[in-house]
Amino acid sequence: MTWTPIGSLSDIPPRGARCVATPQGKIAVFRTADDQVYAIDDHCPHKGGPLSQGIVHGAAVTCPLHNWVVSLETGKALGADEGSVRTIPVRIEGEQLFIALEALVSKAA
Amino acid sequence: MSEKLVIIGNGMAPGRMLEHLLEAAPDRYVVTIFNAEPRVNYDRIMLSPVLSGEKAFEEIVIHGDGWYIKHGITLYKGHRIVAIDRNAKTVTSDHGVTESYDRLVIATGSVPFIIPVPGKDLPGVLSYRDLDDVNAMLLAAQSRATAIVIGGGLLGLEAAAGLKERGMDVTVLHVMPTLMERQLDPAAGYLLQKAVEARGIKVMTKANTKAIVGNGKVEGVELTDGTIIPATLVVMAVGIRPNSALAKDAGLEVNRGIVVDDRMRTSDPAIMALGECAEVGGHVYGLVAPLYEMARVAAAGLADGEDRRFVHSDTPTKLKVTGIDLYSLGDFADGEDREEIILRDASAGIYKRVVLQDNRIIGTVLFGETADGAWFNDLKKKATDISEMRDTLIFGQAFQGGASSDPLAAVAALADDAEICGCNGVCKGKITGAITAKGLTALDDVRAHTKASASCGSCTGLVEQLLKLTLGDAYNPAAVQPMCGCTSLGHDDVRRLIKAKGLKTIPAIMQELEWKTSCGCAKCRPALNYYLVCDWPDQYADDYQSRFINERVHANIQKDGTYSVVPRMWGGVTSAGELRAIADVVDKFEIPMVKVTGGQRIDMLGIRKEDLPAVWADLGKAGFVSGHAYAKGLRTVKTCVGSDWCRFGTQDSTGLGIRIEKFMWGSWTPAKVKMAVSGCPRNCAEATCKDVGVVCVDSGYEIHFAGAAGLDIRGTEVLGLVKTEDEALEVIVALVQMYREQARYLERIYKWAKRIGTAEIKKQILDDVEKRRAYFERFVFSQKFAQVDPWSERVSGKDKHEFRPMASVGFAEAAE
Repeated sequence: MTWTPIGSLSDIPPRGARCVATPQGKIAVFRTADDQVYAIDDHCPHKGGPLSQGIVHGAAVTCPLHNWVVSLETGKALGADEGSVRTIPVRIEGEQLFIALEALVSKAA
Repeated sequence: MSEKLVIIGNGMAPGRMLEHLLEAAPDRYVVTIFNAEPRVNYDRIMLSPVLSGEKAFEEIVIHGDGWYIKHGITLYKGHRIVAIDRNAKTVTSDHGVTESYDRLVIATGSVPFIIPVPGKDLPGVLSYRDLDDVNAMLLAAQSRATAIVIGGGLLGLEAAAGLKERGMDVTVLHVMPTLMERQLDPAAGYLLQKAVEARGIKVMTKANTKAIVGNGKVEGVELTDGTIIPATLVVMAVGIRPNSALAKDAGLEVNRGIVVDDRMRTSDPAIMALGECAEVGGHVYGLVAPLYEMARVAAAGLADGEDRRFVHSDTPTKLKVTGIDLYSLGDFADGEDREEIILRDASAGIYKRVVLQDNRIIGTVLFGETADGAWFNDLKKKATDISEMRDTLIFGQAFQGGASSDPLAAVAALADDAEICGCNGVCKGKITGAITAKGLTALDDVRAHTKASASCGSCTGLVEQLLKLTLGDAYNPAAVQPMCGCTSLGHDDVRRLIKAKGLKTIPAIMQELEWKTSCGCAKCRPALNYYLVCDWPDQYADDYQSRFINERVHANIQKDGTYSVVPRMWGGVTSAGELRAIADVVDKFEIPMVKVTGGQRIDMLGIRKEDLPAVWADLGKAGFVSGHAYAKGLRTVKTCVGSDWCRFGTQDSTGLGIRIEKFMWGSWTPAKVKMAVSGCPRNCAEATCKDVGVVCVDSGYEIHFAGAAGLDIRGTEVLGLVKTEDEALEVIVALVQMYREQARYLERIYKWAKRIGTAEIKKQILDDVEKRRAYFERFVFSQKFAQVDPWSERVSGKDKHEFRPMASVGFAEAAE
C-alpha cells in the first residue's frame, strides 16, 4: 500500500475538515475534537453535498445541504437515513498525515 | 429487462404501495406516475391541521421530490390521464403525454360530492379534498367574514373547526338530526354538537339546502324552509364518491367504484386498482387503514410475493379537532339480539357505549374519554367473550383483573398483536420490538422506523406510553422539548443557565449542564454559539467550527457546492460605480447567474469556493461589505423612495432605512431579521410583512413587528407610533435586542412574539423607558465587537485554510 503525504495535522482545525483534490474528485479529511483523523469521499450519499463543509461532532459530520449525519469511521449514514460513502485509510506519523492512494488508483483503473 | 409500471394518481394509497414494492422488488419495474394534482405525495388526512394552522404543508409531505429521484421514478405533476387504451396498453394525459405499460395501477381516489342545487358553481363554493381547497379556504379566511359548511360529518366538522381557528364566523348545516350520525349514536352526536358549539361554531341540524344564492359570487345559503343564511364562503363536505369515470370509459367493470378482487385486480388482468376509487367485496373505503392494507396487497401482487388477500375490517373513526375526543368503531345500531352498556358522566362530558351481541363487542362509541378505544377494538377483533368482566367492562381496561388505574398498566396489559396505530396497521409488538432492537428513545425515532403515529397522530399518547413502558426511567418525555438529543434541557433553560452560572464557552456549558455527547451535534452547537455571542459579546471567542457553513465562510452554499455572494446595498440604494464594479466581477470570475433579490440587493450565484476571497477583494475595492445574506442576523432594510422623490411620501423613508441598516448591520440574531421602511401608508416597501417594519405617516413613524412572508404568512402587529426618527431607531433597536436576548435559536420574531405576548413586549419597549434604554445600550455595546466586515477580514488572510484544498494528489498517476 502506498501512503501519500497530504500535509500535517495542524493544517486542519479541530472539529473541522479540509479537502484533498484527486483526479476522481475531492476527498474530505476530518479532524475530530480528540485529534482523530478520517478521510471519506466529499460527497454525501443523499444528494452529493460537500461533507467537508459540514459541522463535525464526535466522529460524525452533518451534511450542510440536508442535514444527513454520516459516520466518519464507517462512512455510513446514521439515524434513520440509509446510504454510505467510501472511506479512505489514513495514517498519522507524528504530525504528518498520509492517505492510502492505491484505493484511488485501483478504482480509476 | 424491467417491466413498465404506470400509476394513475399519487395519493397516499399508491405512495404506500410503492414503498412496499420498492422493498420487495426494487428493480423489477420502471415506474411512471401521473398525478392530476401538481405536487408530490402528501398526507391528506393532515390537511385539517394545515387549515387550522397547527401544521405547515411541508410537515405533511410524505415523499419529497428527492424520493422520486432517488428511486428513479418519473412523476408527471399536474397531468390528468384522459384515456386508457387497453389494446395498445397505453395511457394518455391531458398534456398529450402517452406512456405504455406492462402493468397499470389506477388510484384516482375520489371526488367530493357536490349537492346539485342552484348556485353550486358560484365563486366562493369550495369542496374539501386537496391542498388547493385548503389554500382557497385560507385566502377566504383572511377576510374574517362568514362561512357556511354544509355537512356535519368528519370532514365538515374539521373544516369548520379550522375556519373558526382562522377567525371566521362559521355555521355548520347538517341535514340529519344529529352530527356524524353514521359514526355516532344520537347521544354522542348531541354531546359532539355541544362541544362544537362551545367553540363558537353555530350548528343547524335538519337543515336542508335548497340553493346557494348570490349575484356573481356566494352571498348566502337558502334552506328549504325559506331561511337565508348570509355567507361569503360555502364549503361542501357532504361526502365523497369513488372517481371511477376513467376506468368506466376504458371498459373496466365498475359498480360504485372500480370492481377489484381481493388481490386488487380489475376485470383486466394487466390492470389493478386501489384506494378510494376501488370497490372490493362490495365495499368502498375512505379511511386510511384499509387503503394502506390495499397498498400492501397490491404491492405483494406486483412483486409476485406472498399471496396476500384483502379482508374487510372495521376501522375506528376519530375526529382530528384539538380538544374534542371522539372514538367510534363497528356497528352500534340498536337491535333485538343486542345489548348495550352505557356510562354517562354529564359533568365531565363523558359518554361511553359498548354494543354487545352474544357476549362479544360488535361496536363502541366513546366521547370525552377515548383512551380505552384500542382495548375495545382489540376485544372486538378477537371476539373475546366478555361475560367475566361484564360488570366493569365499561370502566375500561384499568378496572379489569385487579390492575391499578395506572394508564401504563393498561398499555402493558395489551397483547403484542394489539393494534396501536390504525392508520398504518402497526401493532404493539412491532413498536416495542423496534424500540428494543434499534435502541429508540424518542417519539420521532419510533415514527421514522415503524410509521406508528406518523399519519393522523391520534395514537401518539399510546406510542409514548409504550416508550415509557419499554425504556422505564430512561425515557424522559420532558414537558419541555429538549434542544436536541444531546441534552434534556430546553432552549429557555439553557439560556437561563448560561447567564445564571456565568458559562462562557461551549465546553463549559456541556460540562456544567451535563451534555450527553462529547462535543454536541449540528443542532445544539450553532445554538450554543449564538447564545454565547449574544450574552458575552466582549468575552466570547466565536467558535467558527460550531457555525453552519454559510456563516463560517460568509456566503450561501448552493445545491452544487458553489456559493452565492450578496454585497450590502444600504437601504437598497446603489450607484453607477457599484453596478460597474459588480459587472466587472461577474465578467472576471465568469459568474453564471446574477439575480435581484426580494430584499433589494444583487445576488451573484455559482461562485467556486476557492474564488470567494478574490471576489470579495474586488468588491471591497468598490466599497462593498458583506450583505450577510447567509446569516442568522440582520439581513436587509428594504425602502421606498419616500419624501425625497415620491409625491405621496410623508417622511424620508430611504434615509431612515439606511440609518437603521448602518446602525444594526453585523449583529447576530436568533434567526434572520428582515426589515423595511415605507414612506407612506401605501406601503410600497411592504413593511407590514417584515420582522420589523416602519410605516411613515404625517404625524411620525408607526413601528410594526412580528410579520412573516415565508413558511407562514402574517401581517405585522403595531408596536406603537413615535414622533421622531431618533425615537424610531431607539425603539427598533431595543425591540431587536429584547428578541436577541430571549428568543430560542432559529425562532423568528413572530414566533417569539406569539410566545411572549405583544402586551409584554409593548410594556418593556414602549412603556418602560428605562428598560428600553437598557436594551438599547446593550445592543450598542455588542455592536462594538460585531461590526467588522467579515469579507475584508478574509481578504486579509483570516481563515485561509477554508478556501483552498490542503493537497492535490494523484494527478500524475492518472495522466499516465
